[in-house]
Amino acid sequence: MQTKKIPHPGWNLEYMMWMFTRLSGLAFFFLAITGMAAALVMGARNQMDLGTLMRWTFFPNPNHVLDSNIPNVDIWANGFWQIMQMLVIFFGGTHGLNGLRVVIEDYTSRPAWQIITRLVFFVLWVFMILAAVYVILAS
Amino acid sequence: MALDRKVGFLDGVRYKGGGPMLAWALHRISGLGMIIFISLHVVASFFTQQMGSDWAININIIYESPYFQLLIVFTVLFHGLNGMRIIILDLWPKMLRYQREMTWLQWLIFIPIYSLTIFIMLQRVLAGG
Repeated sequence: MQTKKIPHPGWNLEYMMWMFTRLSGLAFFFLAITGMAAALVMGARNQMDLGTLMRWTFFPNPNHVLDSNIPNVDIWANGFWQIMQMLVIFFGGTHGLNGLRVVIEDYTSRPAWQIITRLVFFVLWVFMILAAVYVILAS
Repeated sequence: MALDRKVGFLDGVRYKGGGPMLAWALHRISGLGMIIFISLHVVASFFTQQMGSDWAININIIYESPYFQLLIVFTVLFHGLNGMRIIILDLWPKMLRYQREMTWLQWLIFIPIYSLTIFIMLQRVLAGG
């Protein structure tokens, strides 16, 4: 049985994803603080309850705040927030699916399984991001 | 290529890793939870938006119920705080000496925030909101 290779700094998948996981983790805090601060500047204090503010914080999409008593969601739907949503979904999808891949590879040992896992996760990753971008652009 | 541990599940459970091991296990469990919830939510939103299909709307109704939201807040908050602790330990490896204390500090931050969330959400549920 082969032992697991320790990822060394360099241009290999394990190290790049290790770095990406940390950086995207920090990016979530940055994106959440930006979303919440901007929502409060745009008047969320008078228009939203806490749950609505949280939904905007995690994913700043006008569909997320439809049920609240915001008189006009048009000011929330513009290119800036669409780019923010795409950043959230890119960081979230990549961070999450890579994490699931790492967990699965911890419990499988055959090289064939590794190839299958990586293929399946690559396909899932592409489809999840495409579906989310479609929802963002169509909403 | 995984390590060949030759350690059974029950031995793994009996391993006395203490607080940091609980944090490690919860980090993985909450991560798995989030990827399932959020993937389903994204797929359901896609089908709701494009086709208005019933099962997709039902998935989002379950997702938006207060009790499910409490679970999601737990996973997101715990995963975020624990990830922050891991990043700090990776950047300053000397802090590893105090990792038990850092785990306690993490729960010390987690418990008040989560209690406040439970309080606010239950208040809304009991008020019929």
